[in-house]
Amino acid sequence: MPEIPKTFGLLAEFDNTADVLHAAENVRDAGFRKWDVYMPFPIHGMDKAMGLKNSKVGWFGFLGGVTGYTTGMLMIWWMNAIDYPVLIGGKPMFSPHGAFPPSYELTILFTAFGAIGGMLFLNRLPRLHHPLLKHKRFALATHDKFFIVIETADPKYSEAETRKLLAAAGSQRIEMVEE
Amino acid sequence: MSDAASQIAVPVPPKELERAPLVLNNRSFGWISDRVSAITEGKAPKWWWAAFIPSFTLLGVLGAMLFYQATTGVGVWGNHHPTMWGWDIINFVWWIGIGHAGTLISAILFLLRQRWRTGVNRAAEAMTIFAVMCAGIYPGMHVGRVWFDWWLFPIPTYQGLWPQFRSPLMWDVFAVSTYFTVSVLFWYVGLIPDLATLRDRAKSKIRQFLYGLGALGWTGSNRHWSNYEKAYLILAGVSTPLVLSVHSIVSLDFAVSQLPGWHTTIFPPYFVAGAVFSGFGMVLTLLIPLRSMCKLEDIITMRHVDVMCKVTLATGSIVGYAYAMEFFIAWYSGSAVERFAFINRAMGPYWWGYWIMVTCNVVVPQLFWFPKIRRSLLVVFVLSILVNVGMWFERFVIVVISLHREFLPSNWDYFKPTWVDIMTYLGTFGLFFTCFLLFMRFLPMIAVSEVKGVTAQADPHHPAAKGNGGGH
Repeated sequence: MPEIPKTFGLLAEFDNTADVLHAAENVRDAGFRKWDVYMPFPIHGMDKAMGLKNSKVGWFGFLGGVTGYTTGMLMIWWMNAIDYPVLIGGKPMFSPHGAFPPSYELTILFTAFGAIGGMLFLNRLPRLHHPLLKHKRFALATHDKFFIVIETADPKYSEAETRKLLAAAGSQRIEMVEE
Repeated sequence: MSDAASQIAVPVPPKELERAPLVLNNRSFGWISDRVSAITEGKAPKWWWAAFIPSFTLLGVLGAMLFYQATTGVGVWGNHHPTMWGWDIINFVWWIGIGHAGTLISAILFLLRQRWRTGVNRAAEAMTIFAVMCAGIYPGMHVGRVWFDWWLFPIPTYQGLWPQFRSPLMWDVFAVSTYFTVSVLFWYVGLIPDLATLRDRAKSKIRQFLYGLGALGWTGSNRHWSNYEKAYLILAGVSTPLVLSVHSIVSLDFAVSQLPGWHTTIFPPYFVAGAVFSGFGMVLTLLIPLRSMCKLEDIITMRHVDVMCKVTLATGSIVGYAYAMEFFIAWYSGSAVERFAFINRAMGPYWWGYWIMVTCNVVVPQLFWFPKIRRSLLVVFVLSILVNVGMWFERFVIVVISLHREFLPSNWDYFKPTWVDIMTYLGTFGLFFTCFLLFMRFLPMIAVSEVKGVTAQADPHHPAAKGNGGGH
């Protein structure tokens, strides 16, 4: 039995940054939830135009940093002062000064892990499959075109109305994307 | 009221204050991805092979030298009492210093919003990674029994013994390995959108698959960009204190000891300035030929060369100041041994090394004051090589000259490198250039998405945005 392809959403193409920014503002004001703008580089002001809140990646980085510093200090204290103390040059078994440089480096290392891990987690990446990536025209989203996609799963979605909105926003080329 | 009165007067900057655009000839977005991706597509040009074959041969030499050293012992190097640190440590510090420009460009200039960094940051970051790889070989081999290298990491030996964290050498292990890891991650995160560009234009299935794997399913969604940019900002934010700490900690390997000539507080800032200085030298050495070989003159413009020369001048001047200050403090300290150490640098048996260093690191960068010199690519290329010659001799001065005459005159000796020292050093160039040539052949050498972002038409409020941004 041949499967009937489901539609993922409406894909509207734009030629330049100014048009796609204004179109995004219109889509935001129309109250859509499940939609996105795709572009080859981040456009300044697009987060505001889409009504996005500040990214939460910072918290992941912060947690990473705290973990790193604590790990460093505890590790060095436990290894050199508790588990196998060796007296060297009359120096104290544990001193926060000597333990600081490696702990500092671990803070940075774990902040980086946290930030990148947080970014990938929030973006749900890596992802091996996406309906848009099958679409021929969409390949230009990493080249020189800008796209707005409104998903059919959005409660406000209606094919005729949404198409009209995107056309009014200045898109010359609107296509359906299959799931 | 007339219409004119209700208008705001917009000040137009005078012609001499206008800056050269970052991408010349009003290139479109499409042109940027086409031009940069083209380097990775099609057949490799002849010059690439002409560079790759000798590099790969030298890499083989490196392998042979390291095998010989590991199976025979550290005695094959010129290191012997009292100069127990020789070419290995000189080259370790030299290579890791070169790496610093990459992180400076990618992180510090990002935080300072120096938008010109986008033209050169990808290649400079790659340079960092390969330079750190070359650097890492030396301490790893210097320990003598390379199969015990894992003792450097917090893994207990069979006797339950842990590394000793009171030693700056342990701090260095953490600094360098963190530096390498974070540099690779930073570089890779920057690559993700560009790998997606290569994936989307790939003609063959295998390219599509491999670049697709690297791109992690990137679509260019703004919800993704939003998190991505925040992560990139955090990485830049942590890489800045990281890069400053790495060479500081490398300098502590020296400064924490009691040796005259090493035991100084100026070392951390002076090492960092020297590292950035040498790194920019290497960036210029690499990018001046590459921009014309790969026809990237519109992306790596004369303005880029000009600012990089100015950074070299600034850091070179800091280095020159540090040399003078070292001498002053040696005299001011009133310590006879300290004074001797410095007079011995300038007038002892290795006087030539000291004066090569001063010529290349203090005199040569001062030439960059002249705009005429900064505009001549050939002169800049030659001077950028001299910068790294000078920086090599700086480490020679610090390591060898300080060690060869220590407190007891009966311990004095004259250090000479062996052929293994020299061939190992040449071999690391093989590793460096092999990696760099592979990188430029298979990965986007320019940060495509970032360069698109700094063009005039990328700004939605710029008049150019309304023009045809997509045409060719």
